[in-house]
Amino acid sequence: MPTFVMAEKCDGCKGQDKTACMYICPNDLMKLDKEKGKAFNQDPQMCWECLCCVKICPQQAMDVRGYADFVPMGASCVPMRGSEDIMWTVTFRDGTMKRFKFPIRTTPEGEADPNGGFATHDDLNSQLLSTEPEALGVELWTLKK
Amino acid sequence: MPNFETVEVTTDILICGGGMAACGAAVEAAYWAKKEGLKVTLVDKAAMDRSGAVAMGLSAINEYIGLKEGKNTVEDYIRYVKQDLMGIARDDLVANIARHVDSTVHLFEKWGLPIWKDEEGNYVHEGRWQIMINGESYKIIVAEAAKNALGTDNIYERVFIVEPLLDGDRIAGAVGFSTRENKFYVFKAKAVLAAMGGAVHVFKPRSCGEGLGRSWYPPFNSGASAYFTIKAGAEMTCQEVRFIPVRFKDAYGPVGAWFLLFKSRATNAFGGEYMVERRAELENWAPYGLVKPIPANLRNYLGMLDENEGLGPIYMRTEEAMAKLAEAYKDDPKAYKKKRKELENEAWEDFLDMTISQALLWAANNVFPEEKPSEIAAAEPYFIGSHSGASGAWVSGPEDLAPPEYFWGYTNMTTIKGLFAAGDASGASSHKFSSGSHAEGRIAGKAIVKFVKENNEQPNVDMAKVEELKERILRPLALWEEHSGFTTDPNVNPNYILPKQYMFRLQKLMDEYVGGVSARFRTSKPMLERAMELLQLLKEDSEKLAARDLHELMRCWENVQRTWQAEAHIRTILFREETRWPGYYFRTDTPKMDEENWKCFVNCKWDPATGEWEMFKRDIISLVD
Repeated sequence: MPTFVMAEKCDGCKGQDKTACMYICPNDLMKLDKEKGKAFNQDPQMCWECLCCVKICPQQAMDVRGYADFVPMGASCVPMRGSEDIMWTVTFRDGTMKRFKFPIRTTPEGEADPNGGFATHDDLNSQLLSTEPEALGVELWTLKK
Repeated sequence: MPNFETVEVTTDILICGGGMAACGAAVEAAYWAKKEGLKVTLVDKAAMDRSGAVAMGLSAINEYIGLKEGKNTVEDYIRYVKQDLMGIARDDLVANIARHVDSTVHLFEKWGLPIWKDEEGNYVHEGRWQIMINGESYKIIVAEAAKNALGTDNIYERVFIVEPLLDGDRIAGAVGFSTRENKFYVFKAKAVLAAMGGAVHVFKPRSCGEGLGRSWYPPFNSGASAYFTIKAGAEMTCQEVRFIPVRFKDAYGPVGAWFLLFKSRATNAFGGEYMVERRAELENWAPYGLVKPIPANLRNYLGMLDENEGLGPIYMRTEEAMAKLAEAYKDDPKAYKKKRKELENEAWEDFLDMTISQALLWAANNVFPEEKPSEIAAAEPYFIGSHSGASGAWVSGPEDLAPPEYFWGYTNMTTIKGLFAAGDASGASSHKFSSGSHAEGRIAGKAIVKFVKENNEQPNVDMAKVEELKERILRPLALWEEHSGFTTDPNVNPNYILPKQYMFRLQKLMDEYVGGVSARFRTSKPMLERAMELLQLLKEDSEKLAARDLHELMRCWENVQRTWQAEAHIRTILFREETRWPGYYFRTDTPKMDEENWKCFVNCKWDPATGEWEMFKRDIISLVD
């Protein structure tokens, strides 16, 4: 299911030094065609179909088409990712449609506190990690001598 | 060839990688480094928000002990892991991750990861150690905490690390290049953490057209950790332990929800249940075959035996599981409808959170699970230090748990001074999964600060050596520039090999001689020796890899990384003269398990000074009965 970019919708993330899809692709597959001002997947054979690009595209210009070597044509799986949940529309080859909505996070974006609000300590030589034992909720296990 | 600026970055601690282990290390190292006035730098070949094996998301956390809840003990987990790996595991490392992993999960929850709760507010378990999450944004949330801890000024994204730098017997940094601009990076550090994941595409995948990239584990994990640690001269362990998951065929969607939540059975095409009919075979793999849960590789093996006898395809009997469910609710159609809807949502979320293509494949085949079963199959082999894999660097255990043979000063330090490893980069500590990898990263993150505090001098970096590395690393670009005009089609040129064809050459030899899918996971000494001959020729030709741009330059070096992972694998399978994990690979010339001679680790080491490999055994020292 390599990703593809819809020519009419893609604006090459105008004014940015790189496109959103180029920024996010874990496999460095998305590329900006500077002449056309539009992005494309430069090696669909190496696409893992994580859809990170589809989810991040500000123009909703990206989608996936099932791998041509084993996926029958005509189905789709389209995400709409918000700040708290994600909505999926799954369309079958025979036209059946299913919708699913799942939460994605419980906190406002950007605010994850590395210590999670747990008490920390100062002992570099102990086996306890910075937020332990509070984050564990029990004393740290060790071998009974 | 354009001029590449050399960018020097001097730091105290360098974290290579951006996945779960690297993010764990970032959070913990940043905390302790601040107290000690040390600088922590992270370098990632992708964008941290979506890098590593959790890029797509996950639907479950597979290592949660539940110590606070009093449900399980650390000892239980040690026994479970060692049993699954047929007796081969480092109890001290497994225990260390297990005793810290719950605090990692509790941090995830505070950071905003939605974890399913029951009516009493307890985590919902999929299995004994597995808890259910809404994990589409799992990696984004974990990366956010890491980025907040480090500060964006200390993070280099889209920089691909190739080689370690050494100062005598101590790590001194790492070199690599930007995949976005013509810059060569030299990181000078007092200590380095390798957390660059496992390896995929060493073996030929089942799909070789567009579906080439649809591996179970991500195709961008190319053996960077193994390459980096081997090239530094670090001792490696369990290089023979490849991992082969059985998943829904072709798209490799997860089977956990169907097996565990729906209680579905797997049968062959004639309705035979291999886990029942072939139970007697398990006695050949005693004691491990006789204890539940049956090790993953033995479950694989029983299914493979059915396939080898022409009894395939193997099916997940989804229609039967759904019918059983209907039967259970036959007097209450309303409750049935509600339960079915609930389970259907869970099954689809399982796919959509972590293997979207499986959802698409079902939709494209008009699969309605209540109507017909779906095929499952063994994937191609992968190299990971987690799950039921075990390959990675040999690292020190913690002082309070490790016997003297397993302890050399700093937890998770490799045998190279100052070089640490975590996640899929460290070996013999299987079943860490996403949460355990993060916990192991945190463990290494604290230990690496302690190391630098106690060894706080900047190692020397030989800049003449760096120049040599720069020339070698950028050579594929120079080869392209020099020769690509020679033919009318630059894809076919006698002066160089392009990275994709090089990868296919590696995959073909691994598949056919080293027990890949086509060889039905079977190999033997003569086959392995032939593989070594072919591999040596391939290694020579790696000097002729060519790249037309930075993206392809990365592909060249990814494939060199895969080649070294392949070599460590072949050498180790050759050395271990038995078959211990028959569902991962079967040595037809030594078809039985040999507890007397081979209940041990097989470790290996490449010597940077001589270029020689050394193979040897290490004892298994148990902490629990």
